[in-house]
Amino acid sequence: MKIPLSWLKEFVDINIPAEELAHRLTMAGLEVGEVITIGGWENCYVGYVEKVERHPNADRLNLCTVSTGNGTQRVVCGAPNVAEGQKIAFARVGATLIDVHTGKSATLKAAKIRGVVSEGMVCSEKELGLGEDHDGILVLPEDAPLGMPLTDYMGDQVLDLEPTPNRSDWLSVLGVAYEVAALTGTKVHEPEVFYPEEGNPISSQARVFIRNPDLCPRYTASIIKGIAIGPSPRWLQERLQRSDVRPINNVVDVTNYVMLEYGQPLHAFDYETLLRSNIMVRRAYTGEVMETLDGVTRVLNSSHLVIADDRDARALGGVVGGIDSEITDKTTDVLLESASFDPTNNRQTAQAFHLRTEATIRFEKGLRPGLPAVALRRATQLIQQVAGGTVAKGIIDAYPGKKGDTSLLLTSERIKKVLGVEFPMDRPREVLTSLGFDCREEGPSALRVTAPYWRSDIAIEDDLVEEVARIIGYEAIPTTMLSTPIPANEPQTLRNFREEVRDLLVMEGLQEVISYSAVSLDMLKRARTADDDSSLLKVANPMSGDYQYMRPTLRASLLRTLASNLSHQADSVSLFEIGRVYLKREKDLPSEPETAAGLFYGPRSSEGWLGSGDRYDFYDAKGVVEALLRQVGVAGGFQPSDDPFFHPGKAASILANGSLVGILGEVHPLVQESFEIDGGSVVFFELNLEKVFEAVPQERRALKPLARYPSSIRDISILVDSSIPAARIQSVIENQPLVERVLLFDAYEGKGVPSGKSSLAYRLYFQAADRTLSSEEVNKSLAKVIGLLEREVGASLRGGEEVQG
Amino acid sequence: MKSEGFRQPFIAQGLYMTSPDLAQTIQEVRDKALEELQGLASEEELESWRILYLGRRGRLTSVLRSLGSLSQEERRVVGAQANQVKALLEESLAQAEGQVKESRIAGLAQEEQIDVTRPGRSVALGRFHPLTQILREICDAFVAMGFQIVEGPEVEWDHYNFELLNIPRDHPARDMWNTLWIDYRDEKGEQPMLLRTHTSPMQARTMERMKPPVRVIVPGKCYRYEATDATHEWHFYQVEGLAVDDGITFADLKGTLYEFARRIFGADRRVRFRCDYFPFVEPGVDMSIDCFACKGQGCRICQETGWIEILGAGMVHPKVLEGVGYDPSVYTGFAFGLGPERIAMLKYGIEDIRLFYSNDLRFLRQF
Ligand SMILES: [Zn+2]
Repeated sequence: MKIPLSWLKEFVDINIPAEELAHRLTMAGLEVGEVITIGGWENCYVGYVEKVERHPNADRLNLCTVSTGNGTQRVVCGAPNVAEGQKIAFARVGATLIDVHTGKSATLKAAKIRGVVSEGMVCSEKELGLGEDHDGILVLPEDAPLGMPLTDYMGDQVLDLEPTPNRSDWLSVLGVAYEVAALTGTKVHEPEVFYPEEGNPISSQARVFIRNPDLCPRYTASIIKGIAIGPSPRWLQERLQRSDVRPINNVVDVTNYVMLEYGQPLHAFDYETLLRSNIMVRRAYTGEVMETLDGVTRVLNSSHLVIADDRDARALGGVVGGIDSEITDKTTDVLLESASFDPTNNRQTAQAFHLRTEATIRFEKGLRPGLPAVALRRATQLIQQVAGGTVAKGIIDAYPGKKGDTSLLLTSERIKKVLGVEFPMDRPREVLTSLGFDCREEGPSALRVTAPYWRSDIAIEDDLVEEVARIIGYEAIPTTMLSTPIPANEPQTLRNFREEVRDLLVMEGLQEVISYSAVSLDMLKRARTADDDSSLLKVANPMSGDYQYMRPTLRASLLRTLASNLSHQADSVSLFEIGRVYLKREKDLPSEPETAAGLFYGPRSSEGWLGSGDRYDFYDAKGVVEALLRQVGVAGGFQPSDDPFFHPGKAASILANGSLVGILGEVHPLVQESFEIDGGSVVFFELNLEKVFEAVPQERRALKPLARYPSSIRDISILVDSSIPAARIQSVIENQPLVERVLLFDAYEGKGVPSGKSSLAYRLYFQAADRTLSSEEVNKSLAKVIGLLEREVGASLRGGEEVQG
Repeated sequence: MKSEGFRQPFIAQGLYMTSPDLAQTIQEVRDKALEELQGLASEEELESWRILYLGRRGRLTSVLRSLGSLSQEERRVVGAQANQVKALLEESLAQAEGQVKESRIAGLAQEEQIDVTRPGRSVALGRFHPLTQILREICDAFVAMGFQIVEGPEVEWDHYNFELLNIPRDHPARDMWNTLWIDYRDEKGEQPMLLRTHTSPMQARTMERMKPPVRVIVPGKCYRYEATDATHEWHFYQVEGLAVDDGITFADLKGTLYEFARRIFGADRRVRFRCDYFPFVEPGVDMSIDCFACKGQGCRICQETGWIEILGAGMVHPKVLEGVGYDPSVYTGFAFGLGPERIAMLKYGIEDIRLFYSNDLRFLRQF
């Protein structure tokens, strides 16, 4: 919304600079994006063309004698429309104008044109930066004061306002004027509206029937006959243009002008086109058709409100007019409409037809029914003024939705409760009165307040509290710290757990990433996670196909992250993400389990002169998962998995307390290929943190006493079938009472070992809590372990030795 | 080599010496030993020296052994003298040994010197995403003021995201949030499920769940149907705050948020509160801090205004309180919402919000 300061000044005195005004408005909630300056034309004056002669050496050029009040100048002028007796914008030598060839500013110099010295220039709109017109010079009104600096005469400043959606009145000069008055301590003077009503009584010329008062509580109309359609006068066009509204003709321009002035949209019908002069405000018939002003034929239904004559819909109420009743050059009689419409219905209709008109932008905010009659009179006056004609006696005012004005009680007690500061009530009273509210005292500490007809945003007492607070200024309210009791602590155990996992993964050397929560079906297919979208949570209006589905896993996100980094990052990569995945549920919000996933790729450490070490493999991911689980007190189990995302035979389900909590493995080479990741395998893990959390023992970290006696160490080397999982052997050994810890320290298949067999070497730590174990005891226990291994997993002993521990 | 004299039998004449003779001999042993020690440069030579003088059959030991032939009085005097000399020789030996070791290792340095300027062995360092860091910083600031952290669903009902926040269907204020909807229709054919456009639905959910006093912050992901550019993302984080009780005022709102700004942006930060509109608060607030880049003079970061908007806030709208069953004539409170990306951008000088989710390791490794 752009409002020229000159227009605002008609409504309210402004005694501070525009920049200061802009600041105050912004602080009070009406943001001023910019103050646009029009003018600044130095050395430009209102001039008078005394004489026009033919240039002696050029047919198309004139020699003009221009007066600026003190003395005359001779200028060469090529404009076809220059004529004696005109008031024009005259630029003296030294003026800065827009060069119409380059579009840039340039200083005007004295010049000889075809042998004649030109002492200045008669300017076009374009040269003054006022518009695009360069067909001729700008002709000023006859009453323009001769010799006045042009900036004083026609310069202006325009406030580019960014009103909040609750304030329909900030879409009007009137509303902003009251704001200015309250903020600067001045008064608003609304224009006096008076016009002669010399036509026949309006009741004999038209009738209005409102079938749906719920959708149209008030409809007012006037009739002006015998008008002359034509362009609006310059002042009117100029204001519209400065407010970014395109002038059309004098009648339409007035409706727009009054809309900008009062915030009330109006519509002018060609009276002649209205069948039997009846206005029917009704819902459209299903299938009813109307061509709107934009030339589009609309098929209507009963959810749309139309303004019809006796037969046809003539306008989409409060949204857009119909083309058949449009004001044209031939129009002589006008029926002017100013009405109230239901905001919800208006918005729905506009949205259904994708018609976001200036009218809808205002009606959808809920205009007060007090407004139409005021705006109607103002517009009738202006039409009569700029287009002539005879105004019918009286107006039509159909007002079936009339309700009494509602008032609100504002107490000093409430102000104190909300703002934390107490005022004597004269201050709120002063503020509200300056904003146009009606205030009556109710006792010493309360006001009975009625909002003015242009304010549609005031519904409760706190709305008045805000008015007071924002006009006195938020900086005038004290700053205190909370003094109310701190609520009882509610432990956020899952959240804390998740953050602990985040810490642990960083400690384990992984880089955290955060990726978009949505993915494409294609990505999920590549990750072999979904074949179709039946189980996926789909976004109805996604930003793009890349983000159409809420991710059910972090797999695609992380592989994509890796792939996108490979072009510039061939080095060691280990990263993780903790985020939610979204699992669809029937007729309910999805579950959003917190999930941790990580991947490893490339050499284990950065390449360098010390060598880069081996490449990451399955056991790196496993080591990270194991350390994580151990640190949170969960005994994890691992079983081979055939999840198709992973390399066959190189994946494991992660179990905790017997239930599945995650998965890890080497990514399937074809999956990797589909993500365009080459140059080695990717190892990946994913954990459902909510499930891991369920397995975390309630009482964690009870201190185990430190061993007080030394442990004894024995190494054994065994030969077993390669099909026996190491976990089984481990548990056989661990189950021996004196074995405190066991470590697989070597595993070997190949030369020297029979095929199908593995050679495994274990280090066993024997320990008792209450004594130093004797060598005999240890050997006995070890013998038992070996016996068990032979019986239970078919192991054969290859060797064993005592280790000095 | 000065060891040739060692081989001469020294006390061959032996066992019957008088006290003055013996004292004389001890003196000579001492002088000779110390003199010889002077020139020794290796651990082996020192060991031979030790055996020669202090060993079980060494010269000093032999002298001591011969004390038995003296009278008790002489033995006491000469014995003390001999023990003194023994201690002296032992100490000198220890000193010489120390020097020899020192110079041996110093010698090694010549051969085994390393190039200390070569790069060290690389260590894979884990790092938090910058948003994790800033979210933790923000949460810590509020936790210190008695707020608790709660979280809520990202996929929400219209009811919580809008209706309970005083943003009814077909209200123009809905245009403030371009919504991403979930492809789901209920029995009435309506589309009630969405990606939350802000963390504010947790205001209603929290108040439905508990009675005042309420003092929570809600960090989490939000989504909006918004074209992305350097300052807009469709996918972003927000931190919501809510404090409700009997006796919470606008002045408390100012104090709390001021304190927050000081904790995050430094103690000398100035703040500015201006009126703004959000349907679920009344009065509404927009808080700015003075531009730390230009100290309020106006620059590119603050768009020449000297101020940087960092959050929206306000007193909880009575309709919101009513909607969750709180009596608005008794309870008041404030709510706020801030964007951690924006705060991180300001703090770290990041100029493109899209960097946060592009996961470029060259970006992430700088934090
Ligand atoms: Zn700045």
